[in-house]
Amino acid sequence: MKYKVVIGLEVHCELETKSKNFSPAINTFSNIPNENVATVDLGLPGILPVPNKEACRRALMTAMALNCTTPDEVLFDRKNYFYPDLPKGYQITQMTKPMGRNGYLDILVGKDIKRVYIHQLHLEEDTASLEHRSAYSLIDYNRSGIPLMEIVTEPCIESAEEAVRFLEDLRDVFIFLGVSEARSNKGQMRCDVNISLMEEGSKTLGTKVEMKNINAFTSVKDAIEYEIKRQTKILENNEKVIQETRRIAEDGKTYAMREKVDAVDYKYFVEPNIPPVPLTKEYLDSIRATIPELKLARYQKYIEKYKLSEYDAGVLSANKETSDYFEQVLSYGSDIDLSVNFVTTAILSTIKKLEIELKDLFITPKMLSDVINLVHKNDMSLDHGKKLLYKAIEEKTDPMEIVKRENLHQINDETELLALITTLMDENKEQVRQYVEEDNKAIINFFIGQTMKKSNRQANPNKSLEIIKIELEKRKKNNETK
Amino acid sequence: MYRGLNITQLRDKIDNEGISPEEIFESTNKLAHQLQDEYNSFVTIIDKFKMKTTNKTLLSGICYGLKDNISTSNILTTSSSNILKDYIPVYDATVYKKLKNAGAVLVGKTVLDELAMGGTGTTAHTGIVRNPWDKNRMIGGSSAGSASAVALGIVPFAIGSDTGDSIRKPASFGGVVGFKPTYGRISRYGLFAFASSLDHIGTLTRNVHDAAAVVDIIKGLDPNDMTTLKDDNKNYVSSLENDIKGKKLFYIKEICDKKLYQDSNDEVMLKILDEFHKMLDKLRNQGFIIEEVSIDKQLLEALYPTYMSISCAEATSNNANLTGIQFGPRNDGSSYQEIMMKDRTLGFSELIKRRFILGSFILQKENQEKLFLNACRIRRLIVDKINELFKDYDGMILPASGSIAPKFDDSSEKLSEKYLILENHLVIGNFGGFPSITLPFTMIENMPVGINLTGRVKEDDLVLNMANYIEKVTGLSDIYSKVGDSNEV
Repeated sequence: MKYKVVIGLEVHCELETKSKNFSPAINTFSNIPNENVATVDLGLPGILPVPNKEACRRALMTAMALNCTTPDEVLFDRKNYFYPDLPKGYQITQMTKPMGRNGYLDILVGKDIKRVYIHQLHLEEDTASLEHRSAYSLIDYNRSGIPLMEIVTEPCIESAEEAVRFLEDLRDVFIFLGVSEARSNKGQMRCDVNISLMEEGSKTLGTKVEMKNINAFTSVKDAIEYEIKRQTKILENNEKVIQETRRIAEDGKTYAMREKVDAVDYKYFVEPNIPPVPLTKEYLDSIRATIPELKLARYQKYIEKYKLSEYDAGVLSANKETSDYFEQVLSYGSDIDLSVNFVTTAILSTIKKLEIELKDLFITPKMLSDVINLVHKNDMSLDHGKKLLYKAIEEKTDPMEIVKRENLHQINDETELLALITTLMDENKEQVRQYVEEDNKAIINFFIGQTMKKSNRQANPNKSLEIIKIELEKRKKNNETK
Repeated sequence: MYRGLNITQLRDKIDNEGISPEEIFESTNKLAHQLQDEYNSFVTIIDKFKMKTTNKTLLSGICYGLKDNISTSNILTTSSSNILKDYIPVYDATVYKKLKNAGAVLVGKTVLDELAMGGTGTTAHTGIVRNPWDKNRMIGGSSAGSASAVALGIVPFAIGSDTGDSIRKPASFGGVVGFKPTYGRISRYGLFAFASSLDHIGTLTRNVHDAAAVVDIIKGLDPNDMTTLKDDNKNYVSSLENDIKGKKLFYIKEICDKKLYQDSNDEVMLKILDEFHKMLDKLRNQGFIIEEVSIDKQLLEALYPTYMSISCAEATSNNANLTGIQFGPRNDGSSYQEIMMKDRTLGFSELIKRRFILGSFILQKENQEKLFLNACRIRRLIVDKINELFKDYDGMILPASGSIAPKFDDSSEKLSEKYLILENHLVIGNFGGFPSITLPFTMIENMPVGINLTGRVKEDDLVLNMANYIEKVTGLSDIYSKVGDSNEV
């Protein structure tokens, strides 16, 4: 019997904002416990939540980027449950009117585009974090109240590969939008996986198993693959999969945590302390106008419009910094092939070597485009262009300054080159003789070398070669007719 | 020595007679202690004079009481519950901060019904509050201590909170003025939440002027409370004497028509209705136009159950922070569930637990539509109806209660068909966030009875203005119980 895998993901992502979602405490990652805590985060009697406008804006922006429909007003609900990491005894979240509904994200799986449907996107607050010791537990409120965005997919993902691809692409969406750093090692992006198996051709979903709070994407992959094997085995033995919550252990296996009692009733109701805020078309449009082109669109554009190879398109669209840099270079009218060449080699290798980020690189897109234009106009060889670039990086000087200072323009003028070469031949009679009398072809290279040396490597090598050949042949002929 | 003086009189003592605020405080403090054993107005009496500023405001140097469910840093704030009996807040409520900045002098934190739930003043962890006019009677609640401290003449004003009628009912039983402005006029930041959509902060004073004077100081937009209104930039004191001729009021037939109570042998209630209608005539003579309107009785009968549904539901959630984990008494247990369960079982009284269970039941998925959301819809219907009437009328006038303060032994929280509407209509003010004021209008069996005036949202100034005229007619301003006074005969 073949089984079809059905996976739904619930992805939590902490938003990057100055303050927390409903309190003035600083929203930042800290290793010192209880450093960023305001009275509101402690759930002290009498506190009131004040929503963070920027968090709302970012959640709405993400919802739009994921092609969701947005609500007519911002409204929050309370989710009531008791747990030591939840100081108020309820979490402020969105149930009635989430920031986004019915969206999708297209992802590239192999060469095919797969559309992953988004059920909803909502904004809520993170809980405190607990650290369990043998006989007691510690509570760290740094995380309490940090704006958290939850994205729930439809159960439409069919493999571990698709799931991981979706998570990676979703993270890229967050990063391209600039709404979150989305670092899973800081717990900024976490995910719950719901997975069930159904018989091929069947229309009823199998029993769902839930795996909660997985940080690393590789763990998601391991967990899904392990679950597929485990559930397949159960079904093949004609046994029943139990509806439960499982946890992923370090060995890549999953272990039962608790059986799912379906009736966890969170007693949602509208948060009375936050009056609904209407969303105007103007406001939504102003957010929409700030949404940058996302990764897949850029990748496709590079292939279709700029005719790049899949490899280059992949490299250049891999992250927003590189892609933005590349596109800015192009915006100065730079030649596409040369721009690809310079960015994928010189620029990327330099930042890798210097272990810096693109934004910290001294060379701006404008500077790079100046260099590219020199090469493109044949004012400088590709080789020289790159050397010039490295020098500029090393000296932290505008490459055009260096060109001016060292008079580095390539000599393309043929009269000038001829004069130079004639002088060289007059000075090196023995070498001319060897060519004329002994037909020593190596002499050509000798004169190329001399020309480059004399011109400070500014002579156009191709043109110089042409002239050297012609001049030597001329002398050979003169000698024969003598 | 300064007992029973109102804000204007105390102002005169300080400004013109050279009496220092500290001297008044010492005398007030002494009186508070003297009357504490018998009447139990306070959870905490402040013994050290503290006045933050010498800036001149109407309230600088004036002593006051603050309900003990309002957060005061470094001062015990118990909400009159065992679960918070040792809780010392780390931050100031906005209302407290504003009073401090105005130079008002805090004399004590006043007793309330536990967690502001209940209307008897008998459920505080520190014991019952007695009515200054008759200590065998209750003063009502939940702002019991605030009402009694003012009715005893200890302080000229006290701050209370009002979720159903918690300021305006004890005001009626205590013969003082209880005012709850428009929802959002005064910040709730720092008020221990009971039912957030119904909770209001307000004042207890001995005259309308003082209510206006205090609200002038404590009102205003607060960035910490998103439900606060934009500043109206009005001075309520200065509009108290505006002409009220031609102002139109209505009373509700289904509440005030004596014929409805024909079979009743409740003499007090019948007397109150008599006095009420007599008062209306006097007010008409002063230029008010007062008419009777009729409202669907079913809607009015729904007031109490609707209030219970919404307030219990919100209260369950609002008090879910009281688990003993973050603060409060913690009991041993082998799991967090066991610890929380024990803390809450031991920390709350039976009445509170009953309300939480009710609230939790109401919010359950299978009940929510029928019990909670329907209650919210009924609330909307009631508010719409009143707003519709407010298109034609400037205010609604009703007896605040159909009884004088009950004796301790005849109290019960049971619903009585007879009193259902008469005793519970004040909640209309909370449903719609309307400004609403109760002031004494007659004495029956030597006990005060209040009349209530409720106005349009945001028209706090007009409500105070009209109440000020009513007060002139009743002649019952600045009354207080002189019990325990050495001059008392």
